[in-house]
Amino acid sequence: MLLFIAKRLLWMVPSLVVVSFLAFVLIQLPPGDYVTSYIATLAASNEVVDQNTAADLRARFGLDQPMIVQYFKWITGIVLRGDFGISFEWQQPVGDLIWERMALTLVLTFSTLLATWGIALPIGIFSAVKKYSIGDYIVTFLSFLGLAVPSFLLALVLMYIAAVEYGQEVGGLFSEQYLTAPWSIAKMIDLAKHLWIPVIILAVSGTASLIRVMRANMLDELHKPYVTTARAKGLSEFHLLLKYPVRLALNPFISTISWLLPNLVSGSIIVAIVLSLQTAGPLLLQSLMSQDMYLAGAFVLLICTLTLVGSLISDILLALVDPRIRLE
Amino acid sequence: MNVTDLASHLEQRAAPSQPILEVRDLVTHFPVRNGVVKAVDGVSFTLHRGKTLCIVGESGSGKSVTARSILQIVDAPGRIVSGSIMLNRLDGSSVDLAGLNPRGREIRAVRGREIAMIFQEPMSSLSPVHTVGDQIMEVLRLHLKMSRKDARARCVELLTQVEIPKPDAAVDRYTFEFSGGMRQRVMIAMSLACNPSLLIADEPTTALDVTTQAEILDLIKRLQQQHGMAVMFITHDMGVVAEIADEVLVMHYGKIKESGPVDTIFHAPKDDYTRMLIGSVLKLEQKAEIRLRRPPIPEDALPVLQVRNLQMHFGSLKAPLKAVDDVSLDLKPGETLGIVGESGSGKTTMGRCLLRVYEPQGGVIDYRRTDGSVVDLLKADAQTLKACRREIRMIFQDPVGSLNPRMTVAQIVGEPLLVNGIAKGKELDDRVADLLSQVGLEPSWRERYPHAFSGGQRQRIGIARAISLNPRIIVADEATSALDVSVRSHVLDLMMNLQDRLGLSYVFISHDIGVIRYMCDRVAVMYRGTVVETGTAEQVCDAPRHAYTQALLSAIPRPDPRARSIHNRHRYTAA
Repeated sequence: MLLFIAKRLLWMVPSLVVVSFLAFVLIQLPPGDYVTSYIATLAASNEVVDQNTAADLRARFGLDQPMIVQYFKWITGIVLRGDFGISFEWQQPVGDLIWERMALTLVLTFSTLLATWGIALPIGIFSAVKKYSIGDYIVTFLSFLGLAVPSFLLALVLMYIAAVEYGQEVGGLFSEQYLTAPWSIAKMIDLAKHLWIPVIILAVSGTASLIRVMRANMLDELHKPYVTTARAKGLSEFHLLLKYPVRLALNPFISTISWLLPNLVSGSIIVAIVLSLQTAGPLLLQSLMSQDMYLAGAFVLLICTLTLVGSLISDILLALVDPRIRLE
Repeated sequence: MNVTDLASHLEQRAAPSQPILEVRDLVTHFPVRNGVVKAVDGVSFTLHRGKTLCIVGESGSGKSVTARSILQIVDAPGRIVSGSIMLNRLDGSSVDLAGLNPRGREIRAVRGREIAMIFQEPMSSLSPVHTVGDQIMEVLRLHLKMSRKDARARCVELLTQVEIPKPDAAVDRYTFEFSGGMRQRVMIAMSLACNPSLLIADEPTTALDVTTQAEILDLIKRLQQQHGMAVMFITHDMGVVAEIADEVLVMHYGKIKESGPVDTIFHAPKDDYTRMLIGSVLKLEQKAEIRLRRPPIPEDALPVLQVRNLQMHFGSLKAPLKAVDDVSLDLKPGETLGIVGESGSGKTTMGRCLLRVYEPQGGVIDYRRTDGSVVDLLKADAQTLKACRREIRMIFQDPVGSLNPRMTVAQIVGEPLLVNGIAKGKELDDRVADLLSQVGLEPSWRERYPHAFSGGQRQRIGIARAISLNPRIIVADEATSALDVSVRSHVLDLMMNLQDRLGLSYVFISHDIGVIRYMCDRVAVMYRGTVVETGTAEQVCDAPRHAYTQALLSAIPRPDPRARSIHNRHRYTAA
């Protein structure tokens, strides 16, 4: 097992090198660079920048050097000093920008995850066990509804209700006075007050699909002979459901962890923008649009690393819970 | 329970041979879209302590549902409609199991404690992610409220009783680490955990090899004597019935056709269906008539297929699994060569090597083509191999799994013709119709999908597909194993008819000696990848020379209760 983990970790190194290089190339592929889009922004407000200033800017940012040199500088900075470079747009170190956002994203994602699994798994089990009952039809209808409604639309509706009916200020994760305040108990409470809207919105679509998956998994397991065996032993229906089919039906969920982690960064961008949440998604989008390449590069690298780590974690967990995988 | 009932119960207690279970007019229905399926339709029988009742019937006879009805574990949407199932306890109390709530506490207290059940497929009937010990201790803790420690000790004791090696370690192992026979022993240990007074065994040996089957039957017998249990044994194998039954119940389409002592059923059956069932079993005890009449194949005929020193290894180079190890065989034109062996003997792998489905590591497979030239299939180039494969076809075991459910029969049977560019359009359609009538199917059925056919008919479809390219050799891998016994001989007769008409040679792979004896001219016995004995079917089946063949044959239960023999079987372990 340890050997397996070590092997997997070693393999991650070349994958990351390749991925980081590709990420860098990809970001540079669109014509122009940060300076071009900066000039375009200025031009939009009727400011004209001459060629010399542009060249100066390029030289200052190191954009005049060949791409391979830029990549090399960037990657050595990360590996040797943990320095992800400076964001052109924000004029701040990329590291600071990302970590601040990541903490909030983490809180949001995990709350959503808990809400989703907490709602979806029991409902999925219920609707599988009571297949084709009234309850199953209602749940199925609701979950299809949840799947079909775009989450940004739901966001707008919820914001409207919260603002008009309850007079609560909406959008963002903090009230204005806490936005820049240091962390305190009051700020935490404030966060919790704001968190429920995005959590509900994100959980609705997630729950809907998860119910369907859990229902299908359970239906596969419910008629397996070992369930009959358990019944013939005299176990109560509830007990045997939880011990046997549910346990096996949960296994496929463990593999979903591998794409859950990268979703931390890139998921739910639209909802985050609509609700103006200070999470990683909108920042990533902005950095890509303005060709803020160190910031975007750092994000892409982060997503890839999380994907690799996520799949490693899910493989290890799978091996832990399923002896068939562990012992082969 | 009113006073008269109570009185009559007390009376019954006084009777010495009070049955442990009395089933009266049991009716179990499965509601389906267009009506109900009467899976069990008015079945009555009694079970006595220390006795074995065999319920025998073909697929769809309702024997399994009868067993499950007793514990009220019939799969949804099936339910007991009427009838009573009286369980009489030793302390004189009785309970009607049919009247209990299937999810209630009372029936749950009976399940696993007073009536235990074992199932057919020991792999899927045990959870793959829980240890053996966990699954056995669960019963003990549930019914006997044992502490974890006591339960574990009892569990080890039970595993010892069912002869699992190293029971201390086995407790913490998972089911997939055991062989099929060992898993069934675990199942039995689990069912015996609370010393039940009735053991229901639903085809417990069907998925096992004959030698393993003999051991499991022995074990059940021994435990039955030790514990004085009643055993209700469900099977489709008349040989097993003859070997173990005291009483027999013959079921067909949910109804009892005949019941009585085992000797009467076998030697003086009254019902036509019973007679037909026993007749088709006895038919497979001897060579087919059509083969007895046929002139012998000339000794000096040149073999159409000559296998020499075939080697097929799987796994790593360091510790290879020798699935086929130095096998040499000859197949003469018009001959049926039987390959017999238990699971893991390499017979299927060998059959697949003949078509080069696998790439064998060594050896020669010389195939003599119609023009007399000889091709080594293992060295043949792609084009020659393709041409040869048209002449060597396969029939598979599972008539359900080997037919694509989304293709019509016409598409399935016509596919080889289409793929090889032999026929299309109207011509293809005519060929398909002709092929179907050759295998005894109505040509007008060809637009139907496989699910519309019974098991035997599906296997006929598989045969029609195999002969569509006018092959010279057919490799039939357990072609009749999944079929009911009454259908089995029909399919075998069909195959022999086709053989005579089309001049086919068969490589007939089977674990069933009856089928081999009925159909084959010569037999090769495989054991752990090697051929231990080759000879004519009569010689191998009646006077085997190799110790393994003797052990194998002696473990097969004979369909005659007067000649019970498997407890005197030979045992064989390779050096």
